[in-house]
Amino acid sequence: MLATTLYRLRTLVLAALLIAVAAPALAGPFEDAVAKFATDDFSDTEEAIGVVASSGNKLAYPIISALQDERLMFDADSKKVYVKQADGKIIDAATGASVDSLPDSASPVNLNNRLRRTVEAALGGLTLLSPDLAMRTTAAQSVFKSHEESALPTVESALAKETNKTAKQALAEARAAILLFKSEASEVDKLEAVATIKARGDQEAMALLTSIGDQPPLVAKAAAAAISSIQGNLAMWSLVQNAWYGLSLGSVLLLAAIGLAITFGVMGVINMAHGEMVMIGAYTTFVVQEVIRTRYPAAFDYSLLIAVPLAFLVAGAVGILIERSIIRFLYGRPLETLLATWGLSLVLQQAVRSAFGPTNREVGNPSWMSGAFELGQITITYNRLWILVFTLAVFAILLAMLRFTALGLEMRAVTQNRRMAASMGIATSRVDALTFGLGSGIAGIAGVALSQIDNVSPNLGQSYIIDSFMVVVFGGVGNLWGTLVGAFTLGIANKFLEPVAGAVLGKIAILVLIILFIQKRPRGLFALKGRAVEA
Amino acid sequence: MPIQPNDTFARPLSRRRWLAAAAGLVLGLTTFSSARAADDTIKVGVLHSLSGTMAISETTLKDTILFLIDEQNKKGGVLGKKLEAVVVDPASNWPLFAEKARELITKDKVAVVFGCWTSVSRKSVLPVFKELNSILFYPVQYEGEESERNVFYTGAAPNQQAIPAVDYLMKEEKVKRWVLAGTDYVYPRTTNKILEAYLKSKGVAQDDIMINYTPFGHSDWQTIVADIKKFGSAGKKTAVVSTINGDANVPFYKELGNQGIKATDIPVVAFSVGEEELAGIDTKPLVGHLAAWNYFESIKTPANEKFIKEWQAYTKNPKRTTNDPMEAHVIGFNMWVKAVEKVKSTEADKVIDALPGTEAPNLTGGISKMLPNHHITKPVFIGEIKADGQFNVVYKTKDLVPGDAWSKELEGSKDLIGDWVGKKCGNFNVKTNKCLGSGS
Repeated sequence: MLATTLYRLRTLVLAALLIAVAAPALAGPFEDAVAKFATDDFSDTEEAIGVVASSGNKLAYPIISALQDERLMFDADSKKVYVKQADGKIIDAATGASVDSLPDSASPVNLNNRLRRTVEAALGGLTLLSPDLAMRTTAAQSVFKSHEESALPTVESALAKETNKTAKQALAEARAAILLFKSEASEVDKLEAVATIKARGDQEAMALLTSIGDQPPLVAKAAAAAISSIQGNLAMWSLVQNAWYGLSLGSVLLLAAIGLAITFGVMGVINMAHGEMVMIGAYTTFVVQEVIRTRYPAAFDYSLLIAVPLAFLVAGAVGILIERSIIRFLYGRPLETLLATWGLSLVLQQAVRSAFGPTNREVGNPSWMSGAFELGQITITYNRLWILVFTLAVFAILLAMLRFTALGLEMRAVTQNRRMAASMGIATSRVDALTFGLGSGIAGIAGVALSQIDNVSPNLGQSYIIDSFMVVVFGGVGNLWGTLVGAFTLGIANKFLEPVAGAVLGKIAILVLIILFIQKRPRGLFALKGRAVEA
Repeated sequence: MPIQPNDTFARPLSRRRWLAAAAGLVLGLTTFSSARAADDTIKVGVLHSLSGTMAISETTLKDTILFLIDEQNKKGGVLGKKLEAVVVDPASNWPLFAEKARELITKDKVAVVFGCWTSVSRKSVLPVFKELNSILFYPVQYEGEESERNVFYTGAAPNQQAIPAVDYLMKEEKVKRWVLAGTDYVYPRTTNKILEAYLKSKGVAQDDIMINYTPFGHSDWQTIVADIKKFGSAGKKTAVVSTINGDANVPFYKELGNQGIKATDIPVVAFSVGEEELAGIDTKPLVGHLAAWNYFESIKTPANEKFIKEWQAYTKNPKRTTNDPMEAHVIGFNMWVKAVEKVKSTEADKVIDALPGTEAPNLTGGISKMLPNHHITKPVFIGEIKADGQFNVVYKTKDLVPGDAWSKELEGSKDLIGDWVGKKCGNFNVKTNKCLGSGS
């Protein structure tokens, strides 16, 4: 397990735990230790953390947690150390007295990874008995990682007091981890510990069990059995995980392709500038976020909700402009359309490059799209989950629009039989423009979602154009359901191939499979039937 | 970072690039065609992509050379003549690099060219520089295994970046298990080959090394990050050595952050992620992940602070970052100026002979020296990413490390050296005492 390297923290955690048992504060060494933060030297800092964490001083927790968040400031000239509290107030770290302002030369105390681990372990020891439930749970988890023997008494007293189920479980696991590594623990205790850790059943549990080293034969046997049981369990979960990744990749493919399913699938325009519509949507998101950041920072979490309609309008307007100025003159001439839209895509890319610069632009994730949660043994990230939900919503709305609105009816009429539709009094060229605008607008919406997982750069669209055509052709030109099934099939197939063949070969294999499939069914999964096909 | 965005199945794309090239060419010609110059100037060619996929990285280097020329002219130019930049745009199109190089040397008669980023673009211009006997300064870290008479490599060779980074992880972080993750092209493949041989020579078992390649612009990192997590839970300290190309890094780091892999658990050390790449990411979840370079913007030396201030004043952008390849251009440019002033001529043969041994200060406080193998000595820094997107230097080599043109770790090249001073040979075999010549 990763945290086995934490053994060096043994004394530290022991020390940290002593305060939990309320050791009296000693004025001298604590202040000396605090002053060491001002030397800006990693080994001095490490020493200082140890002394401060074990000092029992009530400033210990504020200092160590400030260190973790880069809020512990030092002034090299006066050798003074300050804590910048979360609410912006500043106190002298040695005395706790509040200070009006930081000296200009103050800078945060630097950490490296080793010290960050030290800090985490120290905080774990300091917060095992914290009144805050989340803190206690985190502390128990970091003790599980460091499994320091010295933490055992505190863990046990915390366990006896604990009433919350989750925290209790975490503490029990921490206790089990410590017992397993404690050489003088009884065999019964160790066997019980193996069972507790086996019940946890995740990768960390397995890592812990594989690293326990020499054990009495019975314990070693139990551990081996637990490992293979966890392995079997994890193998099953990895199938679920692949399926989830496949759905997630499929939703990205679908999102990118759905606009193309309209412009290429329904209208028959080979639109090479489709990817650039996606890019325009992503840049719209960027502009929206910039405005929000400078004017209304509090509304940042809503930035995507604002960006979606705007991206639709901007990309849709660009689409209509393109249709009116170029594509309408090229209907029925696929080669010219291809070349014209190709050229257009380059013009759009270079235009964006000139306007926004060639470098990537930062589009932030709102808080509800950051992080992940655990479902059984798989990690599901919020951004992927929301994109899946969003894609399905866009698909449903689009489908409903085509089926139930007057514009949708006209679109279907015009694409199925243009002359008949014109005879019935439909303004076909207006419908053409609107259909193309709709497809482009949806591509713009896709850009908003893709800005969350990919680079926002002028080349953003290029990476999706091939995949989009692949999905539409595979699913069946002219059929939205085909696009849906096609995208998810490709996504899932790709993700089941990737662990076996690697990302590069997996992608090649998918391409070969599609080519073979198209040989068998040239019109894709869901072929359109009837006269419309011949037209 | 020698990038070669050549997606395996991007056939339509390659044609697309042709168009990109054509469009870029037109733009380039209209924007940058230099006025016919008077004879009393020395012309300096700038061969960096200003459009296409590589524009993201190379545009800055073009600006750097223009800035350096500007500064030099303020000091009175070179040999009493003003320097004049000739900027062309090879548009991220490898064959166009060769055409543009030819144009610079034959038509514009430039004395020296600063340019290229990807290894494939360098390889494409090599024959042109050899045939027309001119000078190229190449400023990017690359896979090594090359030493040419007409090229001066001011970026890092693998022994000036990859090996010290791995050493650091072994010593400081006690790493026992290694993930070598890279984009699928020549630089990561060669670097990983070297690293694999190096790790094995240090006693790392095959089972403890996982090698993974991804296509260019890979954006769905879920599976690979989950694999790394799994690989890292085998009870030994694990680290990722990343040769992932610039653009794919953003989704990679985002996925790491989202899946909760912290630097304290599995640190990632990257060779292609600098200040500029981080400008596009929220770096808070990445704090503690590492990068190995020969220069960091955050290094506090008087020379660096002066450079950053002047650079930001020149670009009129108080937030403009600086990075490692820029520093390589600064060193290379100053070495060229010194060599030209030493031989009082811009003639290629004289300058090529004068360059080895030339010294120029680097921005981090040392003096870099051009070696007989046309690589330079450089300090190696390991930095940890900070919350503000800058790097906190946690390790620095004591002395400057001389660049090895040929890796000592690889079977095929461990006996080779480049020596353009004594042996007049780029691939001299010290065992057989023979020059392999240009054929191999």
